[in-house]
Amino acid sequence: MVKLNLLLLAALIACALSLVTSRHQARGLFVELERAQSLARGFEVEYGQLQLEQSTWAMPARVEKIAREQLKMQLPGPGRVQVIEGRPR
Amino acid sequence: MSTVSAARQAPAPRLPPLRAPMVFGGLLILFLLLAGRSLYLQRIDKHFLQEQGSSRYSRDLEVPAHRGRILDRLGDPLAISTPMKAIWAWPDKVEATPERLRALAATLEITPDALAAKLGGGEDFVYLKKSVPPEVAARVAALAIKGIHDDDQYRRYYPAGEVMGHILGFTGDGDVGQEGIELAQQSWLGGVPGSRRVIINRRGEVVEDVEAIRAPQEGRDLALSLDSRLQYLAFRELKAAVEANKAKAGGLVILDTRTGEILALANWPTYNPNNRSRAVRDRMRNRALTDTFEPGSTMKPFTIAAALEAGKVQPTTIVDTAPGTLTIGNKTIHDAHREGSLTVEQVVQKSSNVGAAKIALSLPPETMWAALSNAGFGSPPKTGFPGEVAGRLRPAKSWRPIEQATMAYGHGLSVNLVQLARAYTVFATDGELKPVTLFKEAGPVAGRPVLKPEIAREVRHMLEMVVLPGGTAPKAQVAGYRVGGKTGTAHKLEDGAYANKYVSSFVGFAPVSNPRLVVAVMIDEPSGGQYYGGSVAAPVFSSVMGTALRLLGVPPDAPISNVLLPPEGSEVREET
Repeated sequence: MVKLNLLLLAALIACALSLVTSRHQARGLFVELERAQSLARGFEVEYGQLQLEQSTWAMPARVEKIAREQLKMQLPGPGRVQVIEGRPR
Repeated sequence: MSTVSAARQAPAPRLPPLRAPMVFGGLLILFLLLAGRSLYLQRIDKHFLQEQGSSRYSRDLEVPAHRGRILDRLGDPLAISTPMKAIWAWPDKVEATPERLRALAATLEITPDALAAKLGGGEDFVYLKKSVPPEVAARVAALAIKGIHDDDQYRRYYPAGEVMGHILGFTGDGDVGQEGIELAQQSWLGGVPGSRRVIINRRGEVVEDVEAIRAPQEGRDLALSLDSRLQYLAFRELKAAVEANKAKAGGLVILDTRTGEILALANWPTYNPNNRSRAVRDRMRNRALTDTFEPGSTMKPFTIAAALEAGKVQPTTIVDTAPGTLTIGNKTIHDAHREGSLTVEQVVQKSSNVGAAKIALSLPPETMWAALSNAGFGSPPKTGFPGEVAGRLRPAKSWRPIEQATMAYGHGLSVNLVQLARAYTVFATDGELKPVTLFKEAGPVAGRPVLKPEIAREVRHMLEMVVLPGGTAPKAQVAGYRVGGKTGTAHKLEDGAYANKYVSSFVGFAPVSNPRLVVAVMIDEPSGGQYYGGSVAAPVFSSVMGTALRLLGVPPDAPISNVLLPPEGSEVREET
């Protein structure tokens, strides 16, 4: 009887300790998850800002200005355009 | 010792008779009090206590939800929300040294005086600055001034600025749509923040998720039918034309004839939705959808089409327009240029009011009304834009002959520019009125057939004659493409009388062999000397149409020179 009780006590202590450790682990993992989620949110925000930046740089007005002024590009006049038929339609 | 023995020997003292019951009763009362108190705490005060308890360790956190982006048809972002911080203060709780406050002012990029004025204004709560980038808010937090706090908020950015302002609209406080598409599509774009309950430790860190009270609902992205390249082109050309003609306002619409999608919709004057502080209400109006005007001669093709369909005339029927005037009752209709006998085709080509009026009067009012109504006049374009108007087309029963005659050339009824562009899809397709939309379509959209295909083709041919020599709009020609269209020059109504102010317009399509685009241009009150649609609006049409077709890769159906190469050393001419 005493043996059985001691055995059960040992099992109880083991269970209690494992509960404590698993609880601790769960908290640790949860903190990690939180951190990862906030990182993900941060990246999403940054992605939005980068998209914004990209579309600001790629504004047709800006592209046109650079093409005309810096690169000295121009539209070919109609006389200088040659139309090539791909395949007969 | 003696006392002990004395106590032993003494007889047991008699207790007063009521003592035991009193003690017992007293204990019972105390016990009942305790029971009552615990009952009170457990039952009646339970919620308060539980709240107090849980507020020590649990928190309801808001889970923010993004507002969806607005994209153009190619997927380029037109509106994006990005998180910002609002810096606010409880002025009477602010404790800081003057140096700290100066540092705060410098971080927020406001003058120390302005900061002092805000803090000393006697308010309980003041916003020091809204829409502050998160990095700046972090630096403010690092100053650790008591009584200064920050809040999350979103700010919406519109990379295209004034080019798209009218269509997109803008959002107000809380990132809720207030104008334009932002308002109309609020329920689609808007996110609903969720909330969750968590357990925090004494340092305020979240240690455990208890439950999700409400899952956040992210806003959805919305793809518009607009093409940013065409929109910019339309805006640039319109602005240049309004300025060159010293006009009051202008509008330009580009429609895809296969889907009815609005590829571009530009208005001038405009405003920048990113910075509305100086924007006037008047500049925010999307005139192409919310304002109407009398269209003038751009209506003639519809009258002619109705007469052709009713079998009253053929394209080659001769109409006598001499002597350039027509008197009905006590009113007289004038032609801008006197012509003699014209064919029906030439009536359109030369834009003869008298010819159009005569043809219109050969029709019963109901037939003409049905033709105009079928072309979408008098009913709103249903683009999904808030505040669009229907224009005015009075019921045929109320028409007097003079009114029927003037309606033939576009007076006595009103339209908005999108309606006018939509109506021309009837001629650009084989007689189908396409439903217009501001949202991206997956493929070709069937229209409502309103005109026989052969009649649509006949009118299309007449409209091509308009831009050929002898027509009213040779300036609408586009090198390399066959185009068709119609000019309009309408007197403006002011206080019930026609004033010497004009609305010049041009609506057309290209390439004529298989139309892809409809472009409608309207210039309000040009005052630079020119006011005919053919000289004010047609050049805008030409440059916009030419560039748009090239951008979309539409093969030219009238290549100018397929063999001619420029001679060596020839001068290079700027072409825009």
